[in-house]
Amino acid sequence: MIHISKRVDFTLFKGKAAWMNRFIGWGIRLLAVALSLVVCGVLIYALTKLNPVKVYAVMANGVFGTTRRVWAWLRDLALLLCISVGLAPAFKMRFWNIGAEGQVLVGGIATAACMIYMGGMNIPTPLLLLIMAATSIVAGAIWGIIPALFKARWNTNETLFTLMMNYIAIQLTSYFIPKWEHPKGSNTVGLINAGTQAGWFPSFMSKEALAKLDPNAWYTGLLKNTVGQPYLLNVLIVIAIVLFMFFYLKKSKHGYEIAVVGQSENTARYAAMNVKKVIVRTMTLSGAICGLGGFLAVAGADHTISAATAGGRGFVAIIVAWLAKFNTFVMILISAVLVFLEKGAIAIASEFSLSNDVSHIIKGIILFFILGSEFFINYQIKFTGKSGRRADK
Amino acid sequence: MSTTVIQIITLITTAISFGTVILFGSLGEILTEKSGHLNLGVPGIMYLGGIGGLIGSFLYENASASPVPFVGMLVALAGTLICSVLGGLIYSFLTVTLRANQNVTGLTLTILGSGVANFFGGSLSKLAGGVGQISVPATSSAFCATQKLSDALVALVSKGASSSGFLRVLGGVLDGFDKVFLSYGFMVYVAVIIAILLSLFINRTSKGLNLRAVGENPATADAAGINVIRYKYLATCTGAAISGLGGLYYVMDYINGTWANDGNIEALGWLAVALVIFATWKPLRSIWGAYLFGALYWLYNYIPGLTRSMQEVFKMLPYAVTIIVLIMVSLRHKKEDLPPSSLGLSYFREDR
Repeated sequence: MIHISKRVDFTLFKGKAAWMNRFIGWGIRLLAVALSLVVCGVLIYALTKLNPVKVYAVMANGVFGTTRRVWAWLRDLALLLCISVGLAPAFKMRFWNIGAEGQVLVGGIATAACMIYMGGMNIPTPLLLLIMAATSIVAGAIWGIIPALFKARWNTNETLFTLMMNYIAIQLTSYFIPKWEHPKGSNTVGLINAGTQAGWFPSFMSKEALAKLDPNAWYTGLLKNTVGQPYLLNVLIVIAIVLFMFFYLKKSKHGYEIAVVGQSENTARYAAMNVKKVIVRTMTLSGAICGLGGFLAVAGADHTISAATAGGRGFVAIIVAWLAKFNTFVMILISAVLVFLEKGAIAIASEFSLSNDVSHIIKGIILFFILGSEFFINYQIKFTGKSGRRADK
Repeated sequence: MSTTVIQIITLITTAISFGTVILFGSLGEILTEKSGHLNLGVPGIMYLGGIGGLIGSFLYENASASPVPFVGMLVALAGTLICSVLGGLIYSFLTVTLRANQNVTGLTLTILGSGVANFFGGSLSKLAGGVGQISVPATSSAFCATQKLSDALVALVSKGASSSGFLRVLGGVLDGFDKVFLSYGFMVYVAVIIAILLSLFINRTSKGLNLRAVGENPATADAAGINVIRYKYLATCTGAAISGLGGLYYVMDYINGTWANDGNIEALGWLAVALVIFATWKPLRSIWGAYLFGALYWLYNYIPGLTRSMQEVFKMLPYAVTIIVLIMVSLRHKKEDLPPSSLGLSYFREDR
């Protein structure tokens, strides 16, 4: 018969260094991703009757074919990563913040409000961006604090509370859309400050400055493809957040407290930690970073706001943060793969005139495989044969 | 009848037909959660159920020259059950056997379900070589056959209404009764029956007691000789089948046998999850809860002078009410209102 038990070590590396075990763990995960790609390939073949290898080539071209596409990939990657990193401390504390979608949206609303009401005041761009970032952080933090306060005080179920807060935020967005709609009657906000571009993320070098460069110099192309691009700021902000969160969780006293509360609230209390304070503080941080994600989405990418601004990323980020085991660098890898798949699937869809929703199917399949693979990392299966059956009797 | 009465009657009928979608969803989720599994894949399963029924009836209506509504209904029902149970099986295999995290697995199921449903809903007629929007008029007619049982009676009474004041009042009352209680497709009543049966099963049978034990404390249930794994699988898959019916009702009755790629099913699915909390895990309470949610959601239509912005604020009401209930439940901390205690935790026999 089959006997399942918790795995301590991989047999191959019994008693060896921990990194070797971790290495095998990642091997299993990679195997799962490879298997899921095979399944997706079969599915794509069934739908398009095309060679799956060729389809994956279309995907790669759709994502990395031009500099513009690569930057669009980086932009979406940065946003997803920002939200995932924001969720990490909450999840490490075993606080199920399902409310990232809403926290991103209120951050986006705050950003859009600043752009609309302060866009005409001729505030210098850096200062305006700072104000926008600050308001989005405050808005996201408020959305995070509310469920945390109730969790800390009355142990109100945070999974369901934060889930409901998403919909309050979505309706709040719908509340503002008619107020800000442009043009009238379209029921959309349209590009905010389309003429002045006030509050939009700037590129670090303007087109004029780039044109002045010597076209034959080796650095011209490089500069054009990096500092001349509008999404560099998104990437830089998120890199800063990733580094901050890595050290915050691994090296700071706060990070240690989060880990202890996550393992056992009783232990934390015994160690004289103020559990309520830790919960509220961590959720403030979590909500704040997700709110900043709304700032990136509105000011740095869409330049408009709608109920779809977060676009389900708040939910995908939950999966990213969980699969990465709260390691912010692993999150980069996972979100890179997911955004690649999403953009690649959209490329397939437009190439073979299928619906964009094919990207959700592929994403779902791959995530299921990775989720299932965790079992083979955490547990070991022994086939005990007949002797096991006798022991059962 | 005066306009206010007519308005109230339309609000009630709107609320009931809207509420039925989330009633199905929440009944399935209540059964699942009773086994200790928080399935956040309800929207995905409702999507799968809706598209399964639509695909089934679409293939049937395409293949047959003159489709029989009743057969189309059976095919749609089968398609729904297959697809939604398949979704439930994926979820329970991952969370019960492989002990994956329930929240993450559920959310992934929602992503997959919305992808599958919107993909086929958008391109099914194109894949089959047709053009335009997918539509299954015959099957849909079987689902929304509004049986006005008292039609004849109403006609009879209103014939004499001009002569007698009493009969006029009676006719009005009968007509109102007819509209409020009898003007729906059969699935509205199926939902209520399932709710009652589910309540009896959970509270009055030994199997139901076992199920509750599994959800409260699986280790104890296991020690008492209950097959925990089987209960979890059965509860999750049956729950998925019931939730899937919500998708079927939405597609066939609520939007009359077509597909709308507008994310409505997902929003309704989350509302169903909210309703589980609102009903404090009690099937009977979720019947009137569902209708109340429906009334709250559509209330803005009946309040004069609302701007478009304010209408959106009114649509917030069901979620806000759920949050309030959630807080109240945690404040009062009454034993019978609390969620199953092992909700969200996976069970491993050798864990200490």
